[in-house]
Amino acid sequence: MSSLSLAPRRLRWAVADTLVLTGRALDHWARQPAQVMVGLLFPVLLVLMFGYLFGGAMSVPGGGDYREFLLPGMFAMTMVFGVEASYAAVATDTARGVTDRFRSLPMARSAVVTGRAAADLVNSAAGLVVMLACGAAVGWRWHHGAAAAAAAVGLLLLLRLALIWVGIHLALVLRRPESVMVLQILVWPVGFTSNAFVAPESMPGWLAALAQWNPLSATVAACRELFGNPGWGGDSFAAQHAVILAVAWPLLLTAVFLPLSVRRYRRLSR
Amino acid sequence: MHMDTPAIEAEGLRKRYGDTDALAGLDLTVAAGRVCALLGPNGAGKTTAVRILTTLLRPDAGRARVAGHDLLRHPDRVRAAIGLVGQHAAVDEVLGGRQNLVLFARLHHLPRRAARARADDLLERFGLADAAGRPVSTYSGGMRRRLDLAASLIVAPPVLFLDEPTTGLDPRGRSEVWDAVRALVADGATVLLTTQYLEEADQLADTVRVIAAGRVAAAGTPAQLKDDLGGDRVDVVLHRADELDRAATVIAAATGAAPAVDPAALRVSVAVTERVTALAAVLRALDAVGLRAADVAVRRPTLDEVFLHLTDTQKVTG
Repeated sequence: MSSLSLAPRRLRWAVADTLVLTGRALDHWARQPAQVMVGLLFPVLLVLMFGYLFGGAMSVPGGGDYREFLLPGMFAMTMVFGVEASYAAVATDTARGVTDRFRSLPMARSAVVTGRAAADLVNSAAGLVVMLACGAAVGWRWHHGAAAAAAAVGLLLLLRLALIWVGIHLALVLRRPESVMVLQILVWPVGFTSNAFVAPESMPGWLAALAQWNPLSATVAACRELFGNPGWGGDSFAAQHAVILAVAWPLLLTAVFLPLSVRRYRRLSR
Repeated sequence: MHMDTPAIEAEGLRKRYGDTDALAGLDLTVAAGRVCALLGPNGAGKTTAVRILTTLLRPDAGRARVAGHDLLRHPDRVRAAIGLVGQHAAVDEVLGGRQNLVLFARLHHLPRRAARARADDLLERFGLADAAGRPVSTYSGGMRRRLDLAASLIVAPPVLFLDEPTTGLDPRGRSEVWDAVRALVADGATVLLTTQYLEEADQLADTVRVIAAGRVAAAGTPAQLKDDLGGDRVDVVLHRADELDRAATVIAAATGAAPAVDPAALRVSVAVTERVTALAAVLRALDAVGLRAADVAVRRPTLDEVFLHLTDTQKVTG
């Protein structure tokens, strides 16, 4: 066999196997509609809680509607919640021996990772559609046209893509499906120590710095800018360069966690 | 694969974890079309051997060919020629049985229609057709194992690895799996199976390798191994500890073999060849000296005794 004929076949298998594993995830959702609904509607519940229960007490820097301020934050939080799904799926497969079965098959090894990534992106895109509709229902709008709005959605999915590698890496380190509880708890301090719900200016100094440089804050600020929603303003570097940081942070996370998770997969054969 | 080429050939396989040798130079040859059992207790290195031979784990040293392909140079070709049933039923619990088989068939690069047809064949063959649509989480242990077996037979691999295929199953599940394995062997598959149960090796295997401390401690057919072990055991339980020594002397004289004494259990055990004759002789001899047994039993040797015996033999010969 020459390498010339081998290379395209490998690529074709890598794509085909990725699609098969994405299809498997879709079959999972079809089998567990209740779980899918809870996942899709939980962020909606949060919008109602924060928008209407706390919203009256919240002030938006520079004035403006709290729900217009809140929604980009909730879009980004929806992406962060996705890390739990990535973790649970990979940890369950590894603990149950399904990952080993994949590794004993003549399939493309990369597909185990790319299939997970594709499935999780599809899931999060669906979640984002639900949240956009929810936003529209509670009075949130985009003001800078469809192209800018599409760019914002792209940044949100980029953040989700970066978090997939984080989820896979943690799953291969911890390998216990039950430990997803740890993530379910940890997303909250990460979410609250950002500009998603309140302006960092209202926090004590060191916490404000942490919140400003939180990767989540970059995506939220960039989305507010692109959607034309009220932002937290501020003249820090992080506030002034939100869109650049919203691209740079996910790329950095990917540059760190993608090689780490590939290494973890390789170490399964040690 | 040519029939003369062994299906599995391993030479000097080593694997070390920290300070312990999981495998300490394992040699193994299994002829095509035969069933070989690796028999050994937990931690003997059976699973490590299977994981290495199925490309899941890299050995620190040694070489092996599976289905004629070099393990380290052509892992892809090995993967295309083997089926693996691991210790846990490695199937998707959320999906149905049919969905599982179609998924694995697609990952073997079978076209969609062929994958569905193959899944239906296998479901029929393993008696799972009625449960094909149900999620696997509702299956019994035996059903899961059979689905697991079916999933490793998608491309009718010439070499099959079964790692403790009946551990955790009830007797009915166990016999279901045994029947399935026998059917595969009748179709010409080569099987390497690991087990902790002498009986399982006895039921399924042509040859047995007893594994202890990461290497082969004994090899032979099940019948040969059992003869080496001296067949059945007669256990006599006494009423009082001060009777043990006298009973042991009497039993040794009656059977011509050296008995083992377990003071804590007030028990004297002896290996016998003719169980009924030996039992009668033991009881008569005890009666003649006025000793009354609290309990008497005839049983198969336990795996512990197999290993004690083997390590004793090694000390003598090695």
